[in-house]
Amino acid sequence: MSDVVEKTLTALPSLLSLDSQPGSTKLSSTSKLGTLIRGITELTSKHEEEKLIQRELVSIKEQVSSPNTSMRQMKELMVRAIYCEMLGYEASFSYIHAIKLAQQGTALEKRVGYLAVSLFLNESHELLLLLVNTVLKDLQSTNLIEVCMALTVVSQMFPKDMIPAILPLVEEKLNHPKEIIRRKAVLALYKFYLIAPNQVQHIHNKFRKALCDKDPGVMTASLHIYLQMIEENPEGYKDLAASFVTILKQVVGGKLPMDFNYHSVPAPWLQIQLLRILSLLGKNDPSTSEIMYEVLDESLRRAEINHNITYAILYECVKCIYTIDPKSDLLEKAAKCIGNFVLSPKINLKYLGLKALTYVVQQDPKLALQHQMTIIECLDHPDLIIKRETLEILFRITNAQNVTVIVDKMLEFLRINKDDYTTIDLVGKVAELAEKYAPDNEWFIETMSTVFSVGGDLMQPDIPNSFLKLLSEGFDSVEEDRKLRLFAVDSYVSLLQGEPGKLPQRFLQVISWVLGEYSFLREELEAATVLRLLAKLLDMKNTSSETKSWVLMAMTKLCERGAGVSVAQEVSETYSSSLDTVLRQRAQELQHLSRHSELRARVLPRDAGLEPLEVDSSLSFLDGFVSEALAAGAAPYKPPHQRQEELAQAKALSLEPYGLSLPISMSSCSIADRQSPTLLSISSGLSGESPDLSHKGGSSTLKLDGVKRLWGREGYLAQREPVEESARVEVPSPLRSPSQQGEADSSHSQTPIPTPEPEQEKQQLASSLFVGLSSQSSVCLMGKSEPTPQRFRRKAKSPGSSSSASEKTSNSLVSTPSTVDNLMCNNLLDSNITSELVVSSLEQTSQLSQGLAAANGTCDAELTDSDVKGSSPSLCGDNAVAAADPAPHEDPCKDLLLTSHLPAELSGLSHSEITPLCSNQSLDLSASHVQKEDSLVLVVFIYNSSDSDIQQILLELDSEEIEVSCVCDSAVQEASSHSVAVCQYSLTVKTPSVHVEVVGTVSYQFPAGTPQSLQFSYKLPLTCFIRPLTVSTEEYGTMWLDFSHDTKQNLTLISDGQEPLAATLNVLKKKLQLHVVEIIGMEGIVACRLLQDQPCLMHCRLNAGTLAVWLRSPVPALPDCLMYHCQRALQEH
Amino acid sequence: MQFMLLFSRQGKLRLQKWYVPLSDKEKKKITRELVQTVLARKPKMCSFLEWRDMKIVYKRYASLYFCCAIENQDNELITLEIIHRYVELLDKYFGSVCELDIIFNFEKAYFILDEFLLGGEAQETSKKNVLKAIEQADLLQEEAESPRSVLEEIGLT
Repeated sequence: MSDVVEKTLTALPSLLSLDSQPGSTKLSSTSKLGTLIRGITELTSKHEEEKLIQRELVSIKEQVSSPNTSMRQMKELMVRAIYCEMLGYEASFSYIHAIKLAQQGTALEKRVGYLAVSLFLNESHELLLLLVNTVLKDLQSTNLIEVCMALTVVSQMFPKDMIPAILPLVEEKLNHPKEIIRRKAVLALYKFYLIAPNQVQHIHNKFRKALCDKDPGVMTASLHIYLQMIEENPEGYKDLAASFVTILKQVVGGKLPMDFNYHSVPAPWLQIQLLRILSLLGKNDPSTSEIMYEVLDESLRRAEINHNITYAILYECVKCIYTIDPKSDLLEKAAKCIGNFVLSPKINLKYLGLKALTYVVQQDPKLALQHQMTIIECLDHPDLIIKRETLEILFRITNAQNVTVIVDKMLEFLRINKDDYTTIDLVGKVAELAEKYAPDNEWFIETMSTVFSVGGDLMQPDIPNSFLKLLSEGFDSVEEDRKLRLFAVDSYVSLLQGEPGKLPQRFLQVISWVLGEYSFLREELEAATVLRLLAKLLDMKNTSSETKSWVLMAMTKLCERGAGVSVAQEVSETYSSSLDTVLRQRAQELQHLSRHSELRARVLPRDAGLEPLEVDSSLSFLDGFVSEALAAGAAPYKPPHQRQEELAQAKALSLEPYGLSLPISMSSCSIADRQSPTLLSISSGLSGESPDLSHKGGSSTLKLDGVKRLWGREGYLAQREPVEESARVEVPSPLRSPSQQGEADSSHSQTPIPTPEPEQEKQQLASSLFVGLSSQSSVCLMGKSEPTPQRFRRKAKSPGSSSSASEKTSNSLVSTPSTVDNLMCNNLLDSNITSELVVSSLEQTSQLSQGLAAANGTCDAELTDSDVKGSSPSLCGDNAVAAADPAPHEDPCKDLLLTSHLPAELSGLSHSEITPLCSNQSLDLSASHVQKEDSLVLVVFIYNSSDSDIQQILLELDSEEIEVSCVCDSAVQEASSHSVAVCQYSLTVKTPSVHVEVVGTVSYQFPAGTPQSLQFSYKLPLTCFIRPLTVSTEEYGTMWLDFSHDTKQNLTLISDGQEPLAATLNVLKKKLQLHVVEIIGMEGIVACRLLQDQPCLMHCRLNAGTLAVWLRSPVPALPDCLMYHCQRALQEH
Repeated sequence: MQFMLLFSRQGKLRLQKWYVPLSDKEKKKITRELVQTVLARKPKMCSFLEWRDMKIVYKRYASLYFCCAIENQDNELITLEIIHRYVELLDKYFGSVCELDIIFNFEKAYFILDEFLLGGEAQETSKKNVLKAIEQADLLQEEAESPRSVLEEIGLT
């Protein structure tokens, strides 16, 4: 097909210029839109286009506002206005007219009106309110297309507050006979759910109904809602997992109509949606995952055709398999699948393969090892997207041994990358890796310098923050701290001597702080030199004032003696008249402190970055000032949290973070000063004590607190600690050069691959990249604890905690038991549920038997006075009444007499009233039916009332609805005088109807007479054939989806008890022998079967004082018949 | 799906459908930058992009680029098939579609899109059913219009 398009489109230029070409007729050269488009294509400059469009817009504006313009012309004008808007020119004057068109136009004009509205406005536009009435009207229209249009616009945009106005109408559409309307209604509800979940909370059962819709398209649409709801609360929908699995099974098995196929793949959109839902439900849930394995395996197997669409399904399958509780053979297949993606020559598949690899590499690092050569190739791929994804994989497999190579690759990418978002992301990752795994000082400082210069002012502010914090806090070895700082100073001085103008502001701030703080470490470096370098920064015209204040602060720390002071004086004079108050403040400080070296030494003691200062937290030295101010009429001070509260009450704004952090930090006051000049020194020091809370503050300035640092711990410094020793067994000393490590590790960690010569280089790269992976793999695989270094790196840091290696171990140690905990929790929960179920079912059973006993009791009382009949649950009197046409009661004696003739095996069971069938002088026929658990037995009593024996009695029964089979050993031959002969028949329903009838003939012969015959009929209600069906809620859900015949009706509710639903269901249970599966709030589910085993399911819901009953069954007429009986049972009650 | 854009090789926007509420300014900015980014890519390159914080799926059919922005967890390959099915629909409706059909009858292209995707989700994936729905609505149009001058409106029907 695309070839055809290709051909047609290559002819485009010629078509545009020549009107006489074939095809140009449909291009509407005469229409005004055509003229406009043509006009634009002829133009050569943007300026001309603008002029033309502005002219066009003026003319459109004139016409739309003219009262003489017909709706038909309006439609044409709207199309032109849409076109102008698409070209980027505003036509807001036409918005209101678009709404008018949708309101007043005929169906075809309406269509354009709605389209224009949906293109012009977005859901927060105020004009949209004017559309509400139109939508309301169209939803009620009898014209299907108008209803469709209204639903379409509603599912694209609708003002949130107006949802209640149209919700009932949309809900109503869920019952529409046309599937297209139902489908659109479901999608409209989906939209409502997205923008205002609370508005549709009460109709969750409707979603369920949509899920059970007989049209697969409507069901598919409902999955959007379910995906969303399950994403938010997977626990709430576990019961549906089995149903989703069943649906997927049916889809995969090709059970859907052909219409849903896409390039001969059954309903791929549906499949993918289901797979996504399953992965959400199966995540961290072994028992739910368990039921999915089979269908996932099936999906993997079925997707064979080499087409994009099957790959799409495979990809989703793989994602699902890796998300749910793992199963080894599935994982194996999924891994193989990922391999196929990665190795595919198709670039799109390769990309997704890499993505999948990124996704699973932490669980299964071996997979990355398997594909290392592909990864290496992709690292040099011309497409940056591929390259980028490869780096993402590498980032996740970085360890202390391969960090230098990987970071190199990332920096290389950063230098050619132009996309800001990627830069920000990648810079953060490099910084993270550098902090975690840096092999030595030089490398760390250099890498961070590159990060700062490349990341520039885009990068997350916490990167320089944590870097400076790391530098100032130091590690456990004083000597190493000194070396690191010294190296930083050296490196920054040389940077400033180069071309500082090219460095980003953030980097300059870092440099100034480091130089101000630590340049004294380099003894041969004169403070004056540094001061001059810093002063140079002040003179550069693109230095921001924020940076300048950092520089001034640094200078204040440096201006100790001699030449430095004069530089400082000069600078401070320039800036003490600055318009920027912060700069002026800094300049004043600089001026004063440079003059009084003693004061300076006290205010800014050298290398005191971390030493806690004693602070008078009550600020008592200000008491005089305060009392003076109060006396002068100032408002008394209110602590911040109090102010917040008042603010919150006034504005209802939640400003929690401040309310939390401030009071805590006030209580514990020790100050580390001299850190960030743009931040109040008090607050920086204060929050240092509560690192967790400090994140919550603003991030516009550098904050040097609360940032956890790992570098040094895991890197080269930490290993001096004895604790580290154990870790060292696994991680070869990073102090060795990378190449050495590579050799050392490749010997044991990699599967040797025979290498052709030119591959040598790649092999080397591979060995340096994938080093240490296999040793790590065991650790990672064990916990499956999703190690996210970023998270625990930044989180709670207890000062003076031991090495991060031990942290890491403890982390993995903790995480494993936690999964175990989860498992146990789940199991516990499960067992709770089961036991509950057991209990409830026991309760039910006992209730049932009680009820039945009672029913039997009445039954007995009616029939006999004393005789207590069968105890097993069965027939109730009501049934019998409904059963046979009420006949005049025979005297009880006869009944009793006949009862005694019941076959022995049936005597224990309850039976219906014995009904006379027919009689003549010599024969008296009666019948009764006995309900056995798995069958219905019809017993016919033949009473010979004559004085002679009757021979050759032959009974023939027939029925349209019922299959009658003679119970063998009851073939009657003869009946002696005044005695009873008994025949038994077993009955099964062929086609359900409200009542079933058996017609029969009895033929007999007196020994001396001619053959005679009698005819009779016996009517039974369908309810005799109904038995309870014991299923679990889950099974019920699965079955429900499978059944195609249904009926719905509102029935009267029995409300004598407190709970009408339970009371009503109880009546139904007693009278019709249904099994109540579960009652959930306003809903109840009930199951029964028609003998032998034709299931019928019932779903009831309380709805405005009635009981909305929905029956479903695979048997065509069964739901209708049963509905009739339910109705009667409730009416008779 | 967040939005769908159709633009020509020259970077001219042919169709835009936004499923997330954005201001006009943002829309214009995204359109401008995305069109540039996509046009700069070479033919053999990957059809998927991680662009800003979005996932972009695009495909070129002759001189037209079809470009979708999808949610992070959405499936890229199936989005590619959504584009393909849309092209198939256009092709079937217009009878071997070309860019000109879409330029001059863009409102039809929108109608088809609305019948195929609703609120950013595939609503009806059967080619037959989508076109049936469109044709029914079109039919309505013709019936209503027949008493009037057909010639005048011929370009728009």
